[in-house]
Amino acid sequence: MRLSKAWLVASRDFKIFRRQKNIWYSIIIFPIIISVLFPTILEYAGQRNAGLLTTANLPNLLNSFSFFIVIGAAYTPLGIASYSIVGEKVEKSLEPLLATPLTDGEILLGKAIAAVLPTLVAMYAGATVFMVGVDAVTFGKLGYNYFPNWTFGVLLLILVPIAVAMSVLYSVIVSSRVNDVRSANGAGILIFLPFLAIYFASEIRIISLDITGILIISGIIFAIDIALYFVGTAAFQREEILTKWK
Amino acid sequence: MIDTENLTRKFGSLTAVDDLTMHVNDGEVFGFLGPNGAGKTTTVRMLCCLISKTSGNARIGDYEIGNEKDSLKIRKIIGLVPDNVGLTENLTAYDNLDFYARIYDCTEAQRKENIKSFLDMLGLWDKRNVLAGTFSKGMKQKLAIARALIHEPEILFMDEPTASLDPESAKTVRDFILELKKEKKTIFLNTHNLDEAQRICDRIAILNTKLRAMGTPEELEEEVRGRRTVIVLEQLNDKIMGALKKLSLRNLTYDGDKITFDVAEPDRENWVVVNAIVSAGGHVKAVNVVGSTLEDVYLKLVRESA
Repeated sequence: MRLSKAWLVASRDFKIFRRQKNIWYSIIIFPIIISVLFPTILEYAGQRNAGLLTTANLPNLLNSFSFFIVIGAAYTPLGIASYSIVGEKVEKSLEPLLATPLTDGEILLGKAIAAVLPTLVAMYAGATVFMVGVDAVTFGKLGYNYFPNWTFGVLLLILVPIAVAMSVLYSVIVSSRVNDVRSANGAGILIFLPFLAIYFASEIRIISLDITGILIISGIIFAIDIALYFVGTAAFQREEILTKWK
Repeated sequence: MIDTENLTRKFGSLTAVDDLTMHVNDGEVFGFLGPNGAGKTTTVRMLCCLISKTSGNARIGDYEIGNEKDSLKIRKIIGLVPDNVGLTENLTAYDNLDFYARIYDCTEAQRKENIKSFLDMLGLWDKRNVLAGTFSKGMKQKLAIARALIHEPEILFMDEPTASLDPESAKTVRDFILELKKEKKTIFLNTHNLDEAQRICDRIAILNTKLRAMGTPEELEEEVRGRRTVIVLEQLNDKIMGALKKLSLRNLTYDGDKITFDVAEPDRENWVVVNAIVSAGGHVKAVNVVGSTLEDVYLKLVRESA
């Protein structure tokens, strides 16, 4: 596996994305929602009813908001990975690529980098603005900056990359079975479900989104990632692509 | 350069390529003819190490098809123009070629020189900064050929490069292949186009799942015995027709004052026919012997194997 070759594939995809507005939208929509909308909601809610946000309930609320970063991290690469693979299927540009000395792994890794890197950059940028915005709004109430903290650090540095990987691997599998980007995105929506389930479970206090809770969730999703990796790499093989992909 | 021995590929119960044994020489343009579903694309894909073989052996130069280590080496020395051009439509012509040149580790100087040279040769240099997706079919096909050649491969595989092109674009592509032929590049050309195969190829193989024939165009034409003779008369009448009937000629047909029939040896047999016509009071205006064409050979072999 030559990383330089995988990077070459990723760089080409970045060049393609530069001309695709819909890819840009899918990359920036969640970070904007998270970084602008949530601090605005807090500010508005605080102004409307000062008793709504108390020092007791604010940390729970902020942790819940934080989890939307993970949902965004799972959603954002879907569009990119689907376009990156299904787009090549539609253009039938995989066959000449597969006829080069690149290995299947290098091509797949390149595609994964192309989906993972912009997602992480966008989510981390969004998370930074989110932290600054939330701190600005809640400092008066809490008397200290809630962010950054260890819980959010674990969430950003462990759970977010694992969620992104899950989304990319799932997209590879979906992309091998569909013929257009819209269908791939449609099927990809299913990736939301486990994360939404976690969010609602935390809301009704079945699970807690503290460091331990996030590490347990990360461990489970990592195990799913490993299973998806084997299915995904089996689907992304020359012979499979040319003879069995729809 | 390319050798196959009993090469076979099955998809479940369907045999796509059956027991293919052939040899392609270094520097030769080898035409691979066959109807749709004959196994031409499957053969190219096996030779390009894109799909595996079910059984048999195949070699490209010193490398063995089916050996994982050799597969990468084979893919370094070949270029492929697939039946669907498969360009990255959201990249410019230049970027499409540059990406492939980088895959093959061409130096920056090589990349620049080869991109300029091939785009110039194919009349696309002025369009180098235009997105490939906006190109016409002919321009896309030319760009796909340039892409396959960008690393100067030893062998070029072309899968129906002129199919679905307008006559002018098809001619440009054919002329370019003829240019490559002058440079002694080994070219494996899948085609339906018999005229193209006859004009371009040094040797031709006819495939319909199994190999049906192989040789130079002239050798293949010789394989189909029976030459067609056309005799034009001043006037055809019942007496002449009666005389010809007695000769039991093969595939005898009448069209106005023209008689057409097949004979195995025109030099020996036609004078008998002419003599019979003259004896019946006919006046012969012209006698033409028409040899079997590659089309005759192709249709005969494909129909026999159907």
